[in-house]
Amino acid sequence: MNSSQPLVVVQNLVKHFPITRGLVFERTVGSVRAVDGISFEIFRGETLGLVGESGCGKTTAGRTILGLYPPTAGTIVIDGTKVDFSSRKSMQSVRRKAQMIFQDPYASLNPRWTVGAIVAEPLRVHKLITNPKERTERVKELLSLVGISNRLVNRFPHEFSGGQRQRIGIARALACQPLFIVCDEPISALDVSIQAQVVNLLEDLQSRFGLTYLFIAHDLSMVRHICNRVAVMYLGLIVELGSRDEVYEHPQHPYTQALLSSVPIPDPKKDRMRKRIILSGDVPSPINPPSGCRFHPRCPIAMEICSQTEPEWKEVAPEHWAACHAL
Amino acid sequence: MKPDEPPAPHALLNADELETPPLTIAQLTWRRFRRHKMALFGATMLFLLVLYAFAGTIFFSEAYANKTDTKARLQPPSAAHPFGTDTVGRDILARTIYGGQISIIIGLTAMLVETIVGVVIGALSGYYGGKLDSLLMRVTEAIIVIPQIFLLLVMAKYFGGKVPNITLLGRTFSGSVVVIIMIIGLTSWPYLARIVRAEFLSLKENEFILAARAIGTPTHEIILRHILPNSIAPIIVAATLGVASAITTEAYISFLGLGVRPPTATWGNMLEGAYNYIENAYWLWVFPGFLIAITVLSINFLGDGLRDALDPHSRAI
Amino acid sequence: MNPLLQVRNLITRFHTPEGTVYAVNGISLHVNEGETLAIVGESGCGKSVTMLSILRLIPIPPGEIVAGEAILHDRDLLKMKDAELENIRGKEVSMVFQDPMTSLNPVLTIGRQISESLRVHLGMEADMAKRRTIELLEQVGISDAEHRLGDYPHQFSGGMRQRVMIAMALACAPSLLIADEPTTALDVTIQAQIMELVIQLRQQLGMAIIWITHDLGVVAGIAHRVIVMYAGFIVEEALVEDLYENPKHPYTASLLAALPRVDRRRDRRLKSIPGAPPSLLVEPKACPFSLRCEFALEQCAGENPPLEQISPTRKLACWVDISTGKAR
Repeated sequence: MNSSQPLVVVQNLVKHFPITRGLVFERTVGSVRAVDGISFEIFRGETLGLVGESGCGKTTAGRTILGLYPPTAGTIVIDGTKVDFSSRKSMQSVRRKAQMIFQDPYASLNPRWTVGAIVAEPLRVHKLITNPKERTERVKELLSLVGISNRLVNRFPHEFSGGQRQRIGIARALACQPLFIVCDEPISALDVSIQAQVVNLLEDLQSRFGLTYLFIAHDLSMVRHICNRVAVMYLGLIVELGSRDEVYEHPQHPYTQALLSSVPIPDPKKDRMRKRIILSGDVPSPINPPSGCRFHPRCPIAMEICSQTEPEWKEVAPEHWAACHAL
Repeated sequence: MKPDEPPAPHALLNADELETPPLTIAQLTWRRFRRHKMALFGATMLFLLVLYAFAGTIFFSEAYANKTDTKARLQPPSAAHPFGTDTVGRDILARTIYGGQISIIIGLTAMLVETIVGVVIGALSGYYGGKLDSLLMRVTEAIIVIPQIFLLLVMAKYFGGKVPNITLLGRTFSGSVVVIIMIIGLTSWPYLARIVRAEFLSLKENEFILAARAIGTPTHEIILRHILPNSIAPIIVAATLGVASAITTEAYISFLGLGVRPPTATWGNMLEGAYNYIENAYWLWVFPGFLIAITVLSINFLGDGLRDALDPHSRAI
Repeated sequence: MNPLLQVRNLITRFHTPEGTVYAVNGISLHVNEGETLAIVGESGCGKSVTMLSILRLIPIPPGEIVAGEAILHDRDLLKMKDAELENIRGKEVSMVFQDPMTSLNPVLTIGRQISESLRVHLGMEADMAKRRTIELLEQVGISDAEHRLGDYPHQFSGGMRQRVMIAMALACAPSLLIADEPTTALDVTIQAQIMELVIQLRQQLGMAIIWITHDLGVVAGIAHRVIVMYAGFIVEEALVEDLYENPKHPYTASLLAALPRVDRRRDRRLKSIPGAPPSLLVEPKACPFSLRCEFALEQCAGENPPLEQISPTRKLACWVDISTGKAR
């Protein structure tokens, strides 16, 4: 699975959103530092999990990688080609290779379009199939891949349930046969019994088509199930990155440790026996992140140096990195 | 990542599993509309009014409607003249028929002008934002701030005599009809532009728009095929009410003597002559006035029904 | 021992333009003093509607409480006069909802909202109410409480707002706290904070809690006893350890098998439940889970199994014994 050339390389990606004041003359008074310098690689065929709580920047990171937000700084290389966000041609070729699945099944499909039109859009826009009849055939193929009957091609999104709509969104993402799919919280809005259906579908499609996933989520149990490697984000930075079992069994960063200890376990005896690391305070705002290590105000083992200097990104075990002064 | 067992075939979703019967959005909308009794009443009345104004030509020719006969002036309703005659002896019934045509045409055409201008400006403003939005909104506000009557009167006075008569489909229309249509259309669009802008501002943040961008859909397609169809509801409602507003506006401009010039009749200019005869010759203003009122009222009912039926938040059948 | 709250045969329906929604179909449950009962189920199972019906908070129309009784301290909540019920809500029984932003009044300060409850229900004087409010805020872990009395809800974060909701709910020392998905919208570390707070408070105050959620992990952490709901019915009821160790209803077993674990290595695919929950617009005649159930027998499609007491601490509504696959 770890081929020598990674499919996606992200280097020092930064995305800031300016905050403006004033009605007539807008001036920038600050910025939301949603993503503040992250770097990682994703190898062909693997699923990299990107986890963190609200405000950590994971969704922004996913969208910036696909060019939905132009990055403030940093580079992104997909399938060997550096992405040039200012060139429409470059972006269009990126779009054929990299697609996205969205979180909200009720908002990510145009309510006025038929399901067939929704799934056909990428084929139309990229002129992959110009003959409408052939296009419809391909759409039917895609829909049956995700388990939606051909006869429903002319129905509208409101006639389907949340899980079914999410599958339609997946069919749409597959239309141009992409190499890489960013899954932005694809199951958070679904019921538990439907989540398993969709996750199993994603896995089957991956093994069938050799897809590579960036799986953005806050459900740590699901991430452990589906991902090969995991990156933990906090306030715009990655604090830990490693193979799945390594990170879950030997978390090095205090935030990762606290995060993992907070996840409820569906086993009463085990759950009540755990030693939970309860963090104090709330997640700070990305507008004004704390100095030094951003986690230091809530960190149970914070030292003096933590409020002064940002910790280095170190390899603490083979293929396992973390940024913490205590390591 | 390899699955641990051979993947189970994904259960095909059968058509029978969808609970709702296959209904297009149009069918859903129609069903919701049907439930609105007042709207149905309004729609029926409008149908009858249009029938009156356009099919009525079978009974009376235009020449007859414009024929003056000073000997027969100011006669109350009678068998020969069911609605009476006006100040120069013309048959009021016939004039209400032809006047109705002009008033309705003015209403519809002015609405078209207003809708096209309003949608274009609102869409560009709402989608692009920034400096374009600021500029367009300042223009819009400028027009709103100036009282419409003032604009109408000034434009009517200025352009009034300048447009020649038009011959269309074998009939001659006073050039002032075109002037009135343009004036009403070009002073009423700000209302619609703001509505459209608001719709675009909110819709463009939706996830399905983000999805379209992620696919690589070009901007003009996003505006025309994604956002516009989703904002059609308030546009239709505003346009419908715009017809009523245009008819009313024409009525009072003509009443003030600056609207459509005789001999072309409109319901509005029929009221002009009636001003001096309010008490003595009620038939001069009662019939055209009643027709205007019924038309505007029916359009408003229809608009209400459309507003409810097109509400995208209602998922009821 | 008499239970604190006893609900019998609650039936709630909604009359909508599309038809009648059979939201709650004959629920009977009880909560004992000091115990935490979890009601777990997915969206549409009727767990929230049940609680809202008991407190008569559902809009009538289109809602209708067709039948049932809810006995609290020997009085039937469903038959009380409105004034009497208002006296109980917020005082003996309090509710905490999922989204604190919409449950708190955005234009009133926190201090005012909490003291109002104290003044109205307990008749406290303004000064006493203020002091008690500060006490409550400190009890729920809001530091510098005195200075935060004048703050508005939007000035608090999600976790803090939920703490304020809890403070408001506890203001009059209720004997029963009903929490409807109180931590679902919160981040996992904040959820852990709130759960720890609730566990601490229930020890201190000895109150009973009904905790409604879809999260089986949260249930494992907080409940003494669990009720599983599906399509408006109770399908299983058990003590928390028994439910997880030995689920007897196919739905419960399937739900547990569909859950990924944070504490274990992945060993197999998640077992998904095919299909989707049934439409609530159809009057239920058969077992509502039968179409998706791998153990379904002919009987299941014909008749809905009643909820039976199969041991002193367990109830089950199923025709099948899932350990053998045959009829019970």
